[in-house]
Amino acid sequence: MAFDAQAERNFKVVGTRVARPDGIDKVTGKAAYGADISAPGMLHGRILRSPHAHARIVSIDTSAAEALAGVKAVVTGADLAQPEDEGFADVAINCLARDKVLYDGHAVAAVAATSKSIAKQAIRLIKVDYAVLPHVTDVDAAMKPDAPVVQEGRALETVPAGMSQNVTTHCQFGHGDLDAGFAKADKIIERSFKTAATHQGYIEPQACMASLGSDGRGEVWCCTQGQYMVRANCAAVLGVEESQLRITSSEIGGGFGGKTSTFIEPVALALSRKAGKPVKIVMTRDEVLKATGPTISSSMDIKIGMTKDGRITAARGELRYSGGAYPNATVDMGAQAAFAAYDLEAVETVGWNAMTNRPKEIPYRAPGAPTSIYAVESVVDELCQELGLDPLDVRLLNAARKGTLSSYGPTFNDIGLVATLEAAKAHPHYTAPLGPNQGRGLSCGFWFNFGGNTCVSLNINDDGTVGVVEGNPDIGGSRASISMMAAEELGVPYDKVRTVIADTSSLGFNDITDGSRVTFAVGLATIEAARAAIKEMCRRIAKIWDIDEDAVIWEDGCAKPAGPNAGTHPPMSLAEIAAIAGNTGGPIAGHHEVNADGAGVSFGVHLCDTEVDPETGATKILRYTVFQDAGKAVHPDYVEGQMQGGAVQGIGWALNEEYIYGEDGRLQNAGFLDYRVPVASDLPDIETVILEIPNPGHPYGVRGVGETPIVPPLAAIANAVSRAAGVRMTELPMSPPRLLKAMTG
Amino acid sequence: MRYVKPESFEAAATLLRDEDGTSRILAGGTDVLVQLKAEMVEPDLMVDMKHLPGMRDIAAENGGFRVGAAVSGAEMGEHTALKAMWPGVVEGVELIGSSQVQSRATMAGNLCTGSPAGDSVPAMVTAGAVARVQSPDGVRDVPVIDIPTGPGKNSLAKGEFITSIFLPARPDNASDAYLRFIPRTEMDIAVSSAAVSLELDGNGVVATAHVAVGAVAPTVLLVKDAGDALIGSKLDDAAIASLVSVVEAACNPITDKRGTIEFRTKTAGVLAKRAAHIAYARAGGQA
Ligand SMILES: Cc1cc2nc3c(=O)[nH]c(=O)nc-3n(C[C@H](O)[C@H](O)[C@H](O)COP(=O)(O)OP(=O)(O)OC[C@H]3O[C@@H](n4cnc5c(N)ncnc54)[C@H](O)[C@@H]3O)c2cc1C
Repeated sequence: MAFDAQAERNFKVVGTRVARPDGIDKVTGKAAYGADISAPGMLHGRILRSPHAHARIVSIDTSAAEALAGVKAVVTGADLAQPEDEGFADVAINCLARDKVLYDGHAVAAVAATSKSIAKQAIRLIKVDYAVLPHVTDVDAAMKPDAPVVQEGRALETVPAGMSQNVTTHCQFGHGDLDAGFAKADKIIERSFKTAATHQGYIEPQACMASLGSDGRGEVWCCTQGQYMVRANCAAVLGVEESQLRITSSEIGGGFGGKTSTFIEPVALALSRKAGKPVKIVMTRDEVLKATGPTISSSMDIKIGMTKDGRITAARGELRYSGGAYPNATVDMGAQAAFAAYDLEAVETVGWNAMTNRPKEIPYRAPGAPTSIYAVESVVDELCQELGLDPLDVRLLNAARKGTLSSYGPTFNDIGLVATLEAAKAHPHYTAPLGPNQGRGLSCGFWFNFGGNTCVSLNINDDGTVGVVEGNPDIGGSRASISMMAAEELGVPYDKVRTVIADTSSLGFNDITDGSRVTFAVGLATIEAARAAIKEMCRRIAKIWDIDEDAVIWEDGCAKPAGPNAGTHPPMSLAEIAAIAGNTGGPIAGHHEVNADGAGVSFGVHLCDTEVDPETGATKILRYTVFQDAGKAVHPDYVEGQMQGGAVQGIGWALNEEYIYGEDGRLQNAGFLDYRVPVASDLPDIETVILEIPNPGHPYGVRGVGETPIVPPLAAIANAVSRAAGVRMTELPMSPPRLLKAMTG
Repeated sequence: MRYVKPESFEAAATLLRDEDGTSRILAGGTDVLVQLKAEMVEPDLMVDMKHLPGMRDIAAENGGFRVGAAVSGAEMGEHTALKAMWPGVVEGVELIGSSQVQSRATMAGNLCTGSPAGDSVPAMVTAGAVARVQSPDGVRDVPVIDIPTGPGKNSLAKGEFITSIFLPARPDNASDAYLRFIPRTEMDIAVSSAAVSLELDGNGVVATAHVAVGAVAPTVLLVKDAGDALIGSKLDDAAIASLVSVVEAACNPITDKRGTIEFRTKTAGVLAKRAAHIAYARAGGQA
């Protein structure tokens, strides 16, 4: 759907900072999250998890648990279906292991009991006989031909023969003559990088309540980024039909991509089916960190050549990602994104994924991109240092722009990178003085953004208010933005519109809330649905006025005669039309179903000042500014919130967050004490500058903004720290022991 | 689990002595309730004594202060006279957790929990603090340094517990300071820590000095040679260099997820140096 070709649109609602619809419920504690719903007769579910990184399950004896008074059901992997589809099969064996446990924390069995403490006792009574196998948790080690094999027979045809069976994916992108490019360079830098896996760190642990009857009909209430995804997974894993399952998404306490999969819902349904009662499962933080999705961990080599005046002549990247114990394609996205910010004559990116004995990777904002761009932007920064060049000027000189053949294939349309870089250059932050032990870092970031399958239904209520029904859990303020776009289009005030999120039985299919797609795609469908409702209202009024349909226009929330030829009828407001709808043909609604295209890529630039304590390796973030192209910021507060949140999560990733595995392959820091997300006192105010370069693919020019902000921080901080410390840091996180060691040799 | 509020210290001691299973004392609960929730321990008996006389009081005594075993960190932080006398002790206590944790956490709980990284312990040790211990047979006073015996362990016998901690009178021209290293700025466990308490003569020369380091050995270490390194100096470079090397030599840490042996040792020296400068300035010294 194309950008509205209006010279200058005067938005009335879009672009304002209206009150958020979920605010009062959230601050008063009224909002119902995953764990907040109970049902009569409800049982408490609990999951037994593997203490081993890798082991064959010889036998599971559940008899003692079953015999315990108050235990109503025990399930193991044998109680789930074995879907043919590989994706669903992975979900199933990740929910409850079958033959092998693949990582520390892998679910093995589950119980449902009349109380939490009985469930806890019952779990301890389950006897699992394991044959422990050798394990591997490091990506480079996993790629060695003699590495312990996590799963057999999972490699795609693209993987050359002779490699470890852990290697499942191989991809390659790029264009141009690399050798000729490197030959033209005055300076070539080649560096290797490593990054630790990190977790999305949402505050609300996964929770659900589920019931499944002997008639095959089920209900699930859960905290998720996609109720239709939960339905599909549960249907496949339980072997029931989708129409028989109704999934309702709760209010969500953070997702960041981490709630785009299912871990407990199929287990709760299986328990419920056996027990004949509703079952609630609430994960603990320990379970969340051990068994839900962290990001990939990575090992990367980057080589870039540059002329002495700053032109990049050739660039090559080799990425080795591990997404845990299952195949995944995150490295493809990392490889595609790596050099996206640059207009390059010769570029190549090669990617590999290798399985390790770690939990299944689940997306985390812009999956794959932060790490590869961290490595690339670090090398660009080092080249600037070595050649004595201004890092912003070098980015501008090489920046991708409209018409650039991107490093991953497509040719860019209107993009905002140059404008974003220029805004950074003009900002006082860029020239502010720095003190001793301080350094400034800069990085570009990129994300593709996504559109996808979307349904919206918009109802004109008889009192002149408007209800929007959409199917995407609101993880970043989308209900406000969608109401705003409906209000804008219909010409009614924002507070006349209420947007609700439908359960799976009340609206057609929607893709998950991911890919920064919701404000873009659901917004687009909402605008179309509003236009459909407007068309219907104009048609009805044309009948009353006895003129042609085309002779009625919609303006300022009213139907009006198009011009003098159409007569002198007084305008009729939406409320007036709604009030008589029963007499003009019945209820008025608009709806729209689309697989939305044209999401429009997004670029950001982050500037960061740090101070490093030379005696302890502690890093302080002194100042941080985010510049990003939002296409059109529908609700600027929320856009700024996304920009700030991404920066903060990136600060955590860069400085302290990491999955730490012991020699035994067990996770050592499954809690928020030793998995260190930033706390408020670690952070400066994150300044934000929104740019608006309209996306040609959306009527208002909207681009997704939710993922790009986590892409630049890793390199922006690494570059600032490297400059402050006087030593190039090539491993994340730059925790104080690591940094002190690098500084003191 | 039984939860009991005994009527006297004697009754509490007997109750604890006679319990066959696991028992815990509920002070602020910021360790014990967390352990309960994490299923690390399931006590059979939980004894709460916060209501007993003196447990929640800070009382002046012999020029110093007696701090009840149930006094929270926040209450210590708001006690101006205590803070003026032992700023290092109070800043150690106040570093524990967040505002929420501060309103519950106690110095006695921090000591008895037996963490080598307990933030209130090093400065209590350099202050020469003494714990009053109730046992089924009576009351005795035990120097704080002798309470912890290793990670998660203390020297108290079955039936014994602390009723108060005494911070002695402090001479003039004296002060103390405590610093810890954590990767973040709050809500963390010390990777290494150091407390320094010193007394100056009329010329600003260090007359007595005590240095303790935390999280670098199974218990908090009082490093006598490190204090001695400062005595007779105005914290000139040579004295500080000697302090740092003595502290580093005393460290006997482990490598774990929070830090390496190397890192803990190095930062302990750095923190001792920085704490010495702060204590010196607080005591009125000028370099
Ligand atoms: C979020 C959070 C952050 C924290 N941050 C820090 C930190 O920064 N630094 C730090 O050092 N600690 C920290 N802690 C740990 C804890 O808060 C401290 O150790 C605190 O001082 C414990 O005191 P309490 O009164 O809560 O002890 P409780 O939990 O009540 O008791 C702790 C232990 O001491 C025993 N005990 C308590 N009172 C007595 C007594 N009078 N006699 C004998 N035994 C007794 C109990 O049996 C128990 O084993 C943190 C804890 C949390 C939850």
